[in-house]
Amino acid sequence: MMPNPLTNTWTLTVVRIRLAMRNRAFFFFSLVMPLAFLFFFVPVLAKGRQQWIAYILGAVLTLSVMGSFWGLSVQLVTFREQGILRRFRLAPLGAGPMLASSILSNYLMILPTVAVEILVCRWVFHMRTWGNLWALLVLVTFGSAAFAAFGLIVASTTNTMQETQMINNLIWSGFLFLSGASVPLAVFPPWIQRVAFFVPATYLATGLESATTNLATFGEVAEDVAALAIGILVAFEISRQLFRWEPEAKAPARAKVWALAALVPFLAFGIYENASGKRMARIHHDFAQLSGEMQKAAPPAR
Amino acid sequence: MGEPIIQAENLVKNYGTVAALRGVSFAIEEGEVFGLLGPNGAGKTTTVEILEGMRTADAGRAHVCGLDPEKSGSAYKERIGAVLQSTSLPDKLRVHEAIELFAQFYRQRTDTDQLLRRFQLDEKRDAFYSQLSGGQKQRLALAMALVNDPRVVFLDEPTAGLDPQVRREIYTIIEEMRRERKTVLLTTHYIEEAERLCDRVAIVDYGRVIALGTPRELKGKSAGTTRIEVRLARPMTDGALANLEGVADCREFSGTYILHSRRPPQTIVALVKRLEAEENELHSLEMFSPSLEDVFIELTGRRLRD
Repeated sequence: MMPNPLTNTWTLTVVRIRLAMRNRAFFFFSLVMPLAFLFFFVPVLAKGRQQWIAYILGAVLTLSVMGSFWGLSVQLVTFREQGILRRFRLAPLGAGPMLASSILSNYLMILPTVAVEILVCRWVFHMRTWGNLWALLVLVTFGSAAFAAFGLIVASTTNTMQETQMINNLIWSGFLFLSGASVPLAVFPPWIQRVAFFVPATYLATGLESATTNLATFGEVAEDVAALAIGILVAFEISRQLFRWEPEAKAPARAKVWALAALVPFLAFGIYENASGKRMARIHHDFAQLSGEMQKAAPPAR
Repeated sequence: MGEPIIQAENLVKNYGTVAALRGVSFAIEEGEVFGLLGPNGAGKTTTVEILEGMRTADAGRAHVCGLDPEKSGSAYKERIGAVLQSTSLPDKLRVHEAIELFAQFYRQRTDTDQLLRRFQLDEKRDAFYSQLSGGQKQRLALAMALVNDPRVVFLDEPTAGLDPQVRREIYTIIEEMRRERKTVLLTTHYIEEAERLCDRVAIVDYGRVIALGTPRELKGKSAGTTRIEVRLARPMTDGALANLEGVADCREFSGTYILHSRRPPQTIVALVKRLEAEENELHSLEMFSPSLEDVFIELTGRRLRD
């Protein structure tokens, strides 16, 4: 088969998967940790309540998918710092296949994790539904690609691993606490809920939670998918433009401004969601169901 | 002679305020093994990386295989192979996987099993990159440079830091490339490497080519002189050794006096007499026939490894 960008992407994807399979840390972060979350939080918080099991599954799926953000940025910076990318630069290979293979391999490796998480909830914790599997698959697909592309932007705009870790931590905290992935958005003050609509992770978290708790159809999460899809396109192109092969090539200051352009689609979605109020209503409706179940299960007041 | 396969014309490159190249020019014919010889920081790697398309020259023109390395993209990369000054690959990549991976990026491919055998890597084919010795890693880098059967091969200090036995193995590989009529541009700071392997050598210093020719032609510039290196118990007064019979040139480098003599026996006799007169002692004396090192010393007043 003659090489072209697609075959080169696939060649690199296969090698990346092979390398990940030889890395113990990969198994820990991609499988052991999410399962540990499930085995800890489901018995502690859900206590057999169906809606809660589904809600925790949604949150754990969100964390697994968002993990793409960390893994890919760190791997790309490591490869650049070690001079590995330089060797690839000598080959007839552009930045596109290099970046696309990161995203594709990451996606293919997330799928088994997602499947295991759903199966554990279904078989171990006796969740009665599968969630809406079609909507889940689409959200996982677009979500993993979007967060991988965000990670690649960070890798392209930072100069050292230390800087990468620092910026990753900062962004990750925002994703984690302002998206509903760790704490339900409905419990926050209204102004934080409004800010959350500008955070890319919110679209993944609320989409996945709707698909697991309310069996939301693809049509019902279409807006979440659209936000993530536009995020992928913008973030991928920005990371391709900012990509650096050389360890000593420093990111120019304007690169960081370019990186912010990846947020523009979410700025637009944030304005729209705040104006329409539909997402806010959905979040509160989903939370009311959860709270209702909690009250039903609570001991009667004396 | 046809059109040169590699042409560098007046290449200039600055890194901030540091001028790495100040107008490097040379032309290489197809099938030649051409050496860039010079000390560290002379501009050899910058020159090669501009020719590989990895760096952009601030001024000047580079042409390889009739293409502009910087602008020709994949079409250019299909034609060349290269060993970087330091090659890194993922630790958990196996030897055969590395060769197969890189081969898949090219339209024209060499049989990977044949490459493994040729570079004596077949026994290590399943070893991880992290498990290889320095010499094995360098042999793998050479094998990867040939996966596309390139017309032009760039070797940037391919033997630096390797032990003499591995270095000789790599010399054999480069000699094979010459027999295959591949054009090789080699950078080195090892005199013996340049003398043994290169059809022509450009001596580079402070970003300029200061001499260019076959090793024989270059050494001819020091014709008739023999290098005598002496170490003494006490330093000699300025000019004392330069005035000895037959001495054409005398310089001191870190306690070693290097004399270039047209009449070595007379110089040695005069040296011994002089030392006796000054009650000084001779710690060591070595004689060398003219080498590229002498050419470099004559041109720059410094040794190559200073």
